[in-house]
Amino acid sequence: MSALDLSTGRPQPTLSPGAWLGRVFAILLLLTFAAFFVVPLIWLLIAPTKTDRQLLLEHPFAIGDWPTLVDNWMSLVTFQNGLLWTWIGNSAFYCIAALIITLVISIPAGYALALTEFRGRKALLATTLVVMLVPGTALVLPIFLELSAVKLIGNPLAVILPFSFFPFGVYLTYIYFSTAISRDLLDAARIDGANEFQVFAKIAMPLATPVIALVGFFNFTGNWNNYFLPYVTLPGRKAPIQVGLAELLSNVPAFNPTNAASTTISLSALALATLLAISPVLIVFLFSQRFLVTGMTAGGTKE
Amino acid sequence: MTSLDQNAVRPLTGGLRPRNGSVEKAQGRMGLIFVSAYTLFLVVFGILPSLYAVYLAFTKKGAFVGIDNFIKVFKDYRFLPAVEHVGVFLIVWLVGLVFFVVLLALVVHSIGIRWLSSSMRFLYYIPGALAGASSVMLWLFVLDPTVSPVGFILQAFGITSLVSAVQADRLPLVLAVIAFWTGAGGWIVVMYGALNNISKDVIEAARVDGAGPVRIAWSIQIPLMRKWIAYMVVLSFAGGTQLFVEPRVLSQASRGVVSQDYSLNQLAFLYAFKQSDFNGSAAISLLLLVVAVVLSVVFVFRGGLFERA
Repeated sequence: MSALDLSTGRPQPTLSPGAWLGRVFAILLLLTFAAFFVVPLIWLLIAPTKTDRQLLLEHPFAIGDWPTLVDNWMSLVTFQNGLLWTWIGNSAFYCIAALIITLVISIPAGYALALTEFRGRKALLATTLVVMLVPGTALVLPIFLELSAVKLIGNPLAVILPFSFFPFGVYLTYIYFSTAISRDLLDAARIDGANEFQVFAKIAMPLATPVIALVGFFNFTGNWNNYFLPYVTLPGRKAPIQVGLAELLSNVPAFNPTNAASTTISLSALALATLLAISPVLIVFLFSQRFLVTGMTAGGTKE
Repeated sequence: MTSLDQNAVRPLTGGLRPRNGSVEKAQGRMGLIFVSAYTLFLVVFGILPSLYAVYLAFTKKGAFVGIDNFIKVFKDYRFLPAVEHVGVFLIVWLVGLVFFVVLLALVVHSIGIRWLSSSMRFLYYIPGALAGASSVMLWLFVLDPTVSPVGFILQAFGITSLVSAVQADRLPLVLAVIAFWTGAGGWIVVMYGALNNISKDVIEAARVDGAGPVRIAWSIQIPLMRKWIAYMVVLSFAGGTQLFVEPRVLSQASRGVVSQDYSLNQLAFLYAFKQSDFNGSAAISLLLLVVAVVLSVVFVFRGGLFERA
């Protein structure tokens, strides 16, 4: 059992009983938590292939069958004339619109904060840091109160515009430009006669692809999973899928025995809806693991 | 591209010094243009809503009423229980988060086999894809012993139904487990990155001096991770005070066992939506916002993580 080499590659012919126990403990710990994090997800992948009866009676990890999956799918498709697809479509529209606006405003802002001098730069940077660390939910009700004062509640803009305010993205861009691009390079282009906009468009932007991807990722996934803001600013048919999913819950008799809703949703169909709701983010996660690590540690790592 | 090409042939010496002033001016102008859209959003969706909440919290029907709204909220029989719920949840969650995230990051970092270490981090991180309503939705199934993949564990704790899983005395733990499941993996990755930044020479020197892995972790690695641990605690504390979606969905699914006014944000929501009392709602939101902003300001200027700024 040499799975754990605590001595970074040095040969260890004999292990003291203490070290041996330590290894066993470490392995058990890692596997226990791996199970904790993964088991619910595996269950979620399996559940939609079963009927509610099978969910209750069979082994939790016994796989159901294809026709049942199709049945569950159909019951979601037909639920209130495809309301689920409306919700997912809403989410896609809001998140993509917000993504575009976010990139258009954050990338130049981060660039300017990192590589140009202008009045108020320090103040803007400090404000950005502070706002970035304030959880988005803290501003939800204030934003709701503000938007209802200007009668924007119920308008898609009431979701898209707040989604597009992304100080963390500005900060990531700022960090990226101040570490990855030297001022000398830009000065060289200026000496060659490029104007300020050309310096940005021709020198900085082509080098910015990694940070654009990073900002895009965090913005999109965060917005897709956001529940509180759209829940208060954009209810009803215009709601995105996260809000819709919670709405769906009230049509599941297992969780609301007294509910007299005409159309009901089975437990396994609810599991399928949950899976559908998370699938875009899950897919993005699966394919972007490596570069995320760099993004999440971009902060004080100056080395 | 044409202007670039034309100017490339111009002799360098002549153009260098005298242009500097105008270059700086052009830069300043460009900088302001580049940050203008972002600054607008910062004002409209960061600063204005906060100021408007301040205005609403201290007025009633447009007239200044001092701290009346706050007094009304404090006297509300639901307010103190909500503070207590959020407080107990925060303690359980933060203690668990710091302990297990640091422990797991240290252990994962000690794995010598690269693919094993990276796949562990990946597995821990994946639940981060689920946040908001969907993670609670999944946990409704996990916590319901009749369909749960871990029903035997629930039964070992004496949980016989979803309703008993979310009873008042268990709820803070349940909320903490859900929050940990969603968020811990991301922090483990961050801490792992921080551990990678510790110089190998320091660790090796300690080892030569006879320090074991536990001693190295306690005396070298954890002290050097301090900034990041503080970062995690500050963000998690501020985020945790905002508790909303988890108790809301659990309330809906547990037939009211979890009350609708469990957390402070839920209470603020009820003020705005059920009682149409925007002033009371703003007062609660403002309290939460002040906590978050104070934490954030202290951390930005004292935490040492953003020295570059």
